[in-house]
Amino acid sequence: MDKTPQTLPRQNWTFSNEINSEIRRAAATGIYDIRGGGAKRRVPNFDDLLFLGASISRYPLEGYREKCETSVTLGTRFAKKPIELKIPITIAGMSFGALSAHAKEALGRGATAAGTSTTTGDGGMTDEERGHSEKLVYQYLPSRYGMNPDDLRRADAIEVVVGQGAKPGGGGMLLGQKITERVAKMRNLPIGIDQRSACRHPDWTGPDDLEIKILEIREITNWEKPIYIKIGGARPYYDTALAVKAGADVVVLDGMQGGTAATQDVFIEHVGQPTLACIRPAVKALQDLGMHRKVQLVVSGGIRGGADVAKALALGADAVAIGTAALIALGDNDPRWEEEYQKLGTTTGAYDDWHEGRDPAGITTQDPELMKRLDPVAAGRRLRNYLAVMTLECQTLARACGKSHVHNLEPEDLCALTIEAAAMAGVPLAGSNWIPGQSGF
Amino acid sequence: MQTIDMASTELRELNSTLQAQSKKTDDAEWVIENTRGAHALAVGLDAPIKVTVKGSTGYYCAGMNKQADVHVTGSVGPGVAENMISGSVIVEGDASQYAGATGHGGLLVIKGNASSRCGISMKGIDIVVHGNVGHMSAFMAQSGNLVILGDAGDALGDSLYEARLFVRGKVKSLGADCIEKEMRPEHLEFLADILKRAGADAKPEEFKRYGSARKLYNFNVDHADEY
Repeated sequence: MDKTPQTLPRQNWTFSNEINSEIRRAAATGIYDIRGGGAKRRVPNFDDLLFLGASISRYPLEGYREKCETSVTLGTRFAKKPIELKIPITIAGMSFGALSAHAKEALGRGATAAGTSTTTGDGGMTDEERGHSEKLVYQYLPSRYGMNPDDLRRADAIEVVVGQGAKPGGGGMLLGQKITERVAKMRNLPIGIDQRSACRHPDWTGPDDLEIKILEIREITNWEKPIYIKIGGARPYYDTALAVKAGADVVVLDGMQGGTAATQDVFIEHVGQPTLACIRPAVKALQDLGMHRKVQLVVSGGIRGGADVAKALALGADAVAIGTAALIALGDNDPRWEEEYQKLGTTTGAYDDWHEGRDPAGITTQDPELMKRLDPVAAGRRLRNYLAVMTLECQTLARACGKSHVHNLEPEDLCALTIEAAAMAGVPLAGSNWIPGQSGF
Repeated sequence: MQTIDMASTELRELNSTLQAQSKKTDDAEWVIENTRGAHALAVGLDAPIKVTVKGSTGYYCAGMNKQADVHVTGSVGPGVAENMISGSVIVEGDASQYAGATGHGGLLVIKGNASSRCGISMKGIDIVVHGNVGHMSAFMAQSGNLVILGDAGDALGDSLYEARLFVRGKVKSLGADCIEKEMRPEHLEFLADILKRAGADAKPEEFKRYGSARKLYNFNVDHADEY
């Protein structure tokens, strides 16, 4: 036993096994990695914030005894018919095409049972979706697939999509495997082609044009529908200000953890800002214009539970939207399908090849056999339950801070665990009165 | 026939009045005067009425039109007849950018010239331009027909899907995946019909047909330079 001691094999931090596997994949295929979902990298997020709770100077509300309201009205600025929601959690835009018809139905059922809205996506409005959604937001996208004045008028609100958090500056992508006959017909495209949606609108450029575009939409819909403008988390202060200038009733702000049906991994991981970093600049833009609470702010991108909801509201949002979390509630990435995930070369929690249409859970697919795996009634019930839990959690935290409405939560109720989160959220680092970038220390 | 004077009528009142016309309307003919370049004029119509717009308009004239026949005696701003579903829009003058953008059906006739991105992302509309069209016309055009009696600017039909393009004059350049195609008898027959409907004095045999090479329909790394 006089062998010379060996150092352990040392992996390269820069060229990790994960990075090397991507280099080998790129070398073998010649195409960038495409996947669904949002940013997977660790970014400062709501977990880096804590509520302070009540103390001698602030008294809490009694749980289950004293009311803590959760309702929210969206579209109070210009629309004749604003949307009234029971809870401040909405379902984000996801397309029929990216999702199965059963999944869209389940989202509508769950949202309706919870008293909130759901949203169409890049592919138009289906009758099933309209039928199962008491409140349906109709997305107005650059592709204009299926866009028509009848659906505009039967929508409850219209969301002009300028960008999304997973890919600010990028367009939609739906690969050939999912362009079935029905999807192709709705989008007026040949079956089986790789469908690339435009990254910007075909008939307007810039905020001055957008203002006129919104005028046109309002004229077509008799000024009844709230007009949302959805922006990716790129330049939240200026984009929010310009959206207000263009005439938005509601600004939807989607941070980089927000999901997508399919786009380049390099786009998802390297473009845009974390949701946490986007909220305060957007709120400040609204405050500077005297429009906070007059133009409502909906925040999305990585919202997972009632604590995230409460923190987003405390930072100044009026409501949040969930996409990825809603899909998980329906059954996405469920351990029951682990054997099949393994066959696809992945595992529960990591499955993101939504564009391939082979989703074992039957959600991000157009395969008739896989689609049958999702019972839209049961899945809708799961979504309703999940929304109820999120709402209860949010109320619990709000009551602990002494708030009779979740909208009464405020930045003063929060502290941050890290310097980064303190700077992004504009709240003091725990144990100090230091807000990086705002005050000295 | 009824006349609406935009000098004394709000846009909302004008559009509301025209949108309220039903399929059985007795007021089938309307004249709009003093348009003064208004935006979103005669948008969202859904009845078989005839609307004559005397003068020129701003953005999105006759946007999302269904059934109505709209006749503009002047020129139009960007996005005329955008996302039209059916009916017709005839413009005696010129059209700015994005004429007929994303249109699903109906007939758009520009008797003057059309600027850039004419027919962008069109989805079934027929467009006839008596004059020239600007660059990137028929970009990502999905279906329908774009007929150009004059010349076409740079990158005609870039990233084209299944729309058909017919040009009588010169084409400065074709966009990615757009190629000249054989003119078959059914195309000549179609041209004869649409030229007649568009009041265009031209012979089908004078045109060349362009369409998609369909090489970019599914990603291929060997075509990456085309994207």
